[in-house]
Amino acid sequence: MFTMDIGSTFFYKYRRFIKTLKIYLLLAGPGLIVMLADNDAGGITTYTVTGAKYGYGLIWFLLLLLPVAYIVQEMTVRLGAVTKRGHAEAIFDAFGSFWGWFSFIDLALVNWLTLITEFIGMTAALAIFHIPPVVTVVIVSVVMMLMVLQGKYWTWEKIAIMFAALNVIYIPAAFLVHPSVGEVLKIGLVPHFPGGFTATLFFFLMANIGTTIAPWMIFFQQSSVVDKGMKEKDIPWGQVDTLIGSAFTVLVAIFLVVVTGTVLYGTEVESAAQAASIMMTTNPWLGTLIAIGLFNAGFLGAICISLASSWAFGEVFGWAHSLNLKIREAPWFYACYLFALVTAGGVVLIPNAPLVLITLFVQVIAVTLLPAALVFLILLLNNEEIMGKYKNTTLQNIAGTAIVVAIIILSTLYGITTLFPEWLT
Amino acid sequence: MLTFETVFGERIGSVFHGWTNKIREINKKYEKPRIKMSRGVRIALLFLRIYLILLVLLLGYKFWTLLT
Repeated sequence: MFTMDIGSTFFYKYRRFIKTLKIYLLLAGPGLIVMLADNDAGGITTYTVTGAKYGYGLIWFLLLLLPVAYIVQEMTVRLGAVTKRGHAEAIFDAFGSFWGWFSFIDLALVNWLTLITEFIGMTAALAIFHIPPVVTVVIVSVVMMLMVLQGKYWTWEKIAIMFAALNVIYIPAAFLVHPSVGEVLKIGLVPHFPGGFTATLFFFLMANIGTTIAPWMIFFQQSSVVDKGMKEKDIPWGQVDTLIGSAFTVLVAIFLVVVTGTVLYGTEVESAAQAASIMMTTNPWLGTLIAIGLFNAGFLGAICISLASSWAFGEVFGWAHSLNLKIREAPWFYACYLFALVTAGGVVLIPNAPLVLITLFVQVIAVTLLPAALVFLILLLNNEEIMGKYKNTTLQNIAGTAIVVAIIILSTLYGITTLFPEWLT
Repeated sequence: MLTFETVFGERIGSVFHGWTNKIREINKKYEKPRIKMSRGVRIALLFLRIYLILLVLLLGYKFWTLLT
């Protein structure tokens, strides 16, 4: 009798777990995709260079970025589910046309420039396999168009999750380099500043924060929540989705730092593509994994960034803007998407294009938009008329405001040091 | 009278005309901010204005140093 009780309890719990998992898989998406896309080409480069420069020394700092990413992005889930509006439209509605146009134009510009950096990452990654940039740009653009033209948000989301899953390629890569687990834990988990708190270290800390929260992420996740049709009752699932995504993004970053911290520690590395090329000479399997990871990161980033812009255009101009619509039902939405892809890809193909300057410019322009987007987020989440019972609690406000203030200060300093590197020394 | 149609021709001019009308329509639709302008909101928006002015000044300074 007693054994039967244990058996039936176990079976009941198992059934309940499977049911919960099924619901999660149905509702998972925006949080997971945005968080893994956060490790885009720029992010992967930052983590690669961080590992090569400081070894495992800054892993503890990456762990701190988990709550930072979660707290900011979780607010977009509630805002999207309650207002059923994307962030661009929400800013226009709440703060008027001046702040609306400012955010919208800034977003369009910074997204387009970031899209160029994703293409730079993708072409550099595939160049390692001797694939010409023009082939990469054409194939990527065609695949990305096919992904959205099938007319279903759900299908697009599941394909995007598949690509997002490839982002964890850095985890097996870390096992290939056989790091000393004891050393990783000993050096990585104890908060300290390797080599002292120097100006260069401060720059690296700022760069890692800068890649964790980007303006497009806020706009993308909120619009994605709306397009998916999430309702207030789905908010807890959206929160779980965002939390799992945040954990994955930090995990991937840590494993990449372990890879480069083990293999390239002390080597002067400037980009992830360069790191992959170096590894190809010593360990071709590892070099291949790093290059595939870089390509995938750029691809995932490009998917989300171009969609964030198209959604924002649709919201502001009142055009039909949903992945659930066919091309003839939302022509401007898909035209924006295609235009962003073709022009950003085209810039990479221009001989002698100032790609390094563009990469630096992205950081500076992002700094003009990020504080505004974050401040608007906090203000909207505190408005009872808009949010009702889903507005921020005191605890959420304390955490959210502290994080937003810290991000604004650090990302501004990052932007300024990018503009005036001589001030850092 | 100088219009889009006389400068760019009938076809392109009407496209521009449509765009400016659309922008005017958006400006009218979002003329008044929906959010209540409490003290906290005013301070936050003032901070953003000052922040952006300072950033523009810094960008201008960088541009000036590049030129000279």
